[in-house]
Amino acid sequence: MFKGKSRKVALPSFIAVSGLIAAACGSSSSSTSSSGSATTAAPASLSIGFFGALTGPNAQLGINIDNGVKLAVSQYNQNAKVKVTLVNLDSQGDPAQAPQLAQKAISDKLVALVGPAFSGESLVADPILEQGQIVNVTPSATNPALATKGWKYWHRIVGNDNAQGPAAAQFIVKKLGSTKVAVIDDASAYGKGIADIVRSTLPTLSATVATSQSVDPTAPDYSSTVNAIMASGATSVFYGGYYDAAGRLLKQLRDAGFTGQFVSDDGSLDPKLISTAGTAAVSNTYATCACGDVSTTAPGQAFTSAYQTMFSTAPGTYSAEGYDAANVILTAIKAGNTTSTAINSYLGSHSFNGITKTIKFSSNGDIQGGGIYVYQAQASSSTFSSLGLVSSLVG
Amino acid sequence: MHNFLVQVPPSIIDGITTGAIYALMALGYTLVYGVLRLINFAHSEVFMVGTFASLFTLHALGITKTPTGLAIVGVFLIITIAAMAGSSITAVLVERIAYRPLRKRNSSSLANLISAIGVSFFLQEVYALRYGRDLIPFPRILNKTVLFRIGEGEIRLDKVVVVVVALVMMFVLDRFVNGTRLGRGIRAVAQDSSTAVLMGVNIDRIVTLTFLLGGAMAGVAAMLYGMFYEVTQYNIGFVIGIKGFTAAVLGGIGNIRGALLGGFVLGLVETFGGAIFHAQWVDVVSFSVLVLVLLFRPTGILGESLQRAKA
Repeated sequence: MFKGKSRKVALPSFIAVSGLIAAACGSSSSSTSSSGSATTAAPASLSIGFFGALTGPNAQLGINIDNGVKLAVSQYNQNAKVKVTLVNLDSQGDPAQAPQLAQKAISDKLVALVGPAFSGESLVADPILEQGQIVNVTPSATNPALATKGWKYWHRIVGNDNAQGPAAAQFIVKKLGSTKVAVIDDASAYGKGIADIVRSTLPTLSATVATSQSVDPTAPDYSSTVNAIMASGATSVFYGGYYDAAGRLLKQLRDAGFTGQFVSDDGSLDPKLISTAGTAAVSNTYATCACGDVSTTAPGQAFTSAYQTMFSTAPGTYSAEGYDAANVILTAIKAGNTTSTAINSYLGSHSFNGITKTIKFSSNGDIQGGGIYVYQAQASSSTFSSLGLVSSLVG
Repeated sequence: MHNFLVQVPPSIIDGITTGAIYALMALGYTLVYGVLRLINFAHSEVFMVGTFASLFTLHALGITKTPTGLAIVGVFLIITIAAMAGSSITAVLVERIAYRPLRKRNSSSLANLISAIGVSFFLQEVYALRYGRDLIPFPRILNKTVLFRIGEGEIRLDKVVVVVVALVMMFVLDRFVNGTRLGRGIRAVAQDSSTAVLMGVNIDRIVTLTFLLGGAMAGVAAMLYGMFYEVTQYNIGFVIGIKGFTAAVLGGIGNIRGALLGGFVLGLVETFGGAIFHAQWVDVVSFSVLVLVLLFRPTGILGESLQRAKA
């Protein structure tokens, strides 16, 4: 509450400062800046960025988001006064790459970023973006801790793992009926974060954590983990991490004769999980996600067909969220906000009609509301299909 | 504790299976080190090329589902030869392009090391750009049938194949190096290269042969890996290369039988490390064991040199 207040109080001074900067920078091109309002001398074009993995082992999620952003930008540019160009900052999903990319975002004078896509890189990059005062809207980094850092330029448009973790645990216990759950993670900020929440939620649903392990996501062999799971008598496995390791772990589990349910998170919600594990291995395989099913609404269907036309492929996990995140920023720019600080205050004070949900940010930058969905792997089509909201499935 | 006892038989089985693949990789490091006193860091990419060679052969044969009967044997032979050829040719080319010119100029071992790392990156990136950075799945070529059980441990057909094929290849290599004329050349160069040259050994031919043999072993490892784990990737060799190198050092680098022993010991230490502690402690445990062994036996379990390789 206090944070929100201080932000509002600071708003006019932000605009005054941004107006001054804009006036100073744009003095050669135009000198008719009306200071004191948000409509300062508008530059001819602005750059926004996408920050996330476009190459590397978990690149598919980043590519999905980036495509959503590209679509939003191209639709926006069709009739825009201030053209927007998109700059890709490819982090390869590696937190070690994140600081230099965040610096690049600052030195390239990007006004806003979609991303960082993953939680691990967010923890490293966001403090730098905060210092550089660059608005960032993540469509997919779901670690709850991100909302607690007091960052003013950080925003998130999906529900966090504090919602996803308990929902996954409820789904496992109440819907799948498994009470002995092996909880495995990949020791990443994201995977371990969500797995830890599952670990702490299970006992409250009178279920037990049969075994608890962290695996190295780059290791080829998970036999000792598989043996521990088999020995523990677990009837289901929850894996916190990304599809690359999840697929290999699932394959090795099934090869060892594990027939129980395999439940993972939004990081695993990708058809590549099915191609890695093999279609024979993906029966009883589920993934939870804060990402909604956009196939039922008219704007969602319009998005899906536009996406299909532009990229000749169906939208993937977080494509729609990437589109929404970009549109939040683009709406702010359209309203005449051409500096990062102006965009930031616009985001804090408005709500947006996205295709996934209505987006309204809390004072800490996190989205208000945002339900958790569950998806089931389909061997026949090698895709995931939505089962609906967890809250309605467990009744 | 009860859980641990249940895990003993499967841990032994898995340790030996992964150990067999590590041992085959370790042979490549050990042979090259024995002859040239060079750690061939590009060996992990030699392995990677082998996995791709067997995968492409499977694609070329049009195999999308598990073959049956005699066809299995045929498919196995073909992809083994393809993987061995792919890996050996890569290893020999790496030696020709990246090491030989440096060796001819008597450059420092540091230059060789950098050259090795450069080749390693080069191959990885070429494959990443050509085939993408995602995991590429293999079709299943051998059903993972359980033959029999020991407690909770399943003796699975694919694991038996991995261990048997690896042991046969190691035996053949050991006989070749210790029992043939060409093998004697390798041992002579390993013992004292300048004297070997004076005795009429063609050192370039021996070096090429060494890389060829190491590459062939990596090729077999690659085929087994593809059959067992059923995936490959541009950087698939990285982890397996480090494990193979560790196994070679553990057993005594430059020593063929040491590489075998090192591979199996490392495999077992890893699975038991995972069973006793947790999966996250596997590398801590295995490298602690490595440090402890090197503290008491600085040249590895069986000692260093190729020519003194006695069991």
